[in-house]
Amino acid sequence: MMSEATAEPNGGVSEGAGQDQSDVFRGESPVVAPRRSSTEKGISGRSVPAFVAGEELAALAEFDPRIVVMTADLASANRLIDFKDRHPNRFFNMGIAEKNMITAGAGMASTGLMPFVGTFASFAALLGFEQIRTDCAYAGMPVRVLAHHSGMSLGYYGTSHHALEDLAAMRAVADLTVACAADGNQLRAMLRASLDLNGSLYLRLGRGRDPEVYPTVPEDFVFGRATSLREGRDVTIITTGSEVHPSLGAADLLANKGLSVRVLDMHTIKPLDVAAVLAAARETSAVVTVEEHSIIGGLGSAVAEVLADHRLPVSFIRHGVLDEYVLIGPPAALYAHYRLDAVGIAGVVEELVHAN
Amino acid sequence: MGKLDSAERTRLEERALFVRLETLRLTRIAGAGHYSATFSAAELLATLYYHELRLDPSHPQWPERDRFVLSKGHAAIGLYPILADLGFFDSAELETYTRLGSAFGDHPDMRKVRGIDFSSGSLGHGLSIGVGMALGGRVQSMDFRVYVMVGDAELNEGQIWEAAMSAGHFKLDSLVCIVDRNQLGIDGRTEDIMAVEPIGDRFASFGWDVQRINGHNVDEIVDAFDAAKQTSRRQPHVIIADTIKGKGVQRMELDLNWHVGNLGPEDYQAVYEELLAGVSK
Repeated sequence: MMSEATAEPNGGVSEGAGQDQSDVFRGESPVVAPRRSSTEKGISGRSVPAFVAGEELAALAEFDPRIVVMTADLASANRLIDFKDRHPNRFFNMGIAEKNMITAGAGMASTGLMPFVGTFASFAALLGFEQIRTDCAYAGMPVRVLAHHSGMSLGYYGTSHHALEDLAAMRAVADLTVACAADGNQLRAMLRASLDLNGSLYLRLGRGRDPEVYPTVPEDFVFGRATSLREGRDVTIITTGSEVHPSLGAADLLANKGLSVRVLDMHTIKPLDVAAVLAAARETSAVVTVEEHSIIGGLGSAVAEVLADHRLPVSFIRHGVLDEYVLIGPPAALYAHYRLDAVGIAGVVEELVHAN
Repeated sequence: MGKLDSAERTRLEERALFVRLETLRLTRIAGAGHYSATFSAAELLATLYYHELRLDPSHPQWPERDRFVLSKGHAAIGLYPILADLGFFDSAELETYTRLGSAFGDHPDMRKVRGIDFSSGSLGHGLSIGVGMALGGRVQSMDFRVYVMVGDAELNEGQIWEAAMSAGHFKLDSLVCIVDRNQLGIDGRTEDIMAVEPIGDRFASFGWDVQRINGHNVDEIVDAFDAAKQTSRRQPHVIIADTIKGKGVQRMELDLNWHVGNLGPEDYQAVYEELLAGVSK
């Protein structure tokens, strides 16, 4: 498994020919999603671009008449246009008016529909926080918020477009399921599972170029039940979403150094798989959480609460973005700088182990 | 137009009085309540529920029912008694109003109260809810209509205009927005705090069909609802209902001190009798 750093030496040249790519990100526009093609193969094994929501929902909508899709002038960036192409009467572009979009989604849901509402995570969770809390979750509406380009994946677009606080905000909302997709196949599984999920869902997505973690759509996916991707005895990395792939890379690097690392994909932040956390704390001597999020309030905090509540004396550290606004830079450079690539994560884990 | 017969007019006016009297009663249970913003909406609420809306109280989730969203949720104290009166739930349940564990709070909760089509309380959200409901009806080829009541000061909220823009864009002709133009916010007159006029021109510029009526005249309310249904234009409809905050009780009319209040025992009796006598009518 290659590390994030080696997978993206120039920040995304692996997208292939890319004749139409702009140069704004040295060949990787953070916004424009990769062309969808079942034959696409990047040099990093990216056979499954993560922006499959539009395509997957279009297929699901063939047999589920509840599904409608809304976006806020981002149908091309999030590829929800793939849904529009097949179901134009069930697609609504609400313009750059996220609050109205989320609330209107709740209103639609009250008539028996299941709206999938997509926009940048920063605007969905932070601008639309009250709409998600009051109109979706409090009302018990089956709205599915597709919060894409989360974390700092919008790179040098800057803090206005970053969402490093969204999990903290969403996690505090009652009756809201909060989950993070690691790649396109897991996203497909989540979308399918969401059809049977009660209440509202906040689904945190990357920027659509997420490298493959799951070679096929995981058939056993269940919200709230963590997926163990690698067994290990020494340390457990509990991670989620965009950090699953580099965490696996880190586990590889650490294996070469003789450390046996368990990797737990805690795809559902709420409800948290408490049993999986407890098992990790009891069966391995150290626990590291890794997330593309502030260390305040997200996955790390959720795990810390479990460990404290159960008085487990395990060696533990939260790894993520500290209490600060991140630098300007291309995404891959930011991940390296903040040690959220495989090399960086491996270093953090090693430091914890050696400190013991 | 003007086709209300006198019996129906009398019935609606009597139900508006019922709304005001129940507001008095329930406020006494709570210890404080939104008298004046409910009194301004009494005729509008009564006409909606006793004349206009297509409902089946024995089947509150009937998919084809008309929807009503009380975006100015603080007037719920006037809506609960109507729902009880229509049979959505036993009126005895209202005795719990605002008490620990009650279904009935100052702002309505759709998961607790049968007949509430959507929870509200945070101003500025209800019109977006209505936009979504109207789109939902369109997607599912259902012909229900959607009524949303907003306050006039609520028009300061930016999301109202996001919703207005989208309703105009999608030509949501099943959507009716009722503005309870009762002239006051909490701190003063709307035009002093943050001007909302010209309300009609503003909605018209967003593609809405605009009517302006006396919101305490049930004939005008009925006519406005009918006109909103009979037009062939594919536009959302706004009915700006000129009202008086505190209508029906002289000491409360257009008096800022009565946005939230509680009458003492003697005043309670005096106001009760004033309402019955219709002094301020």
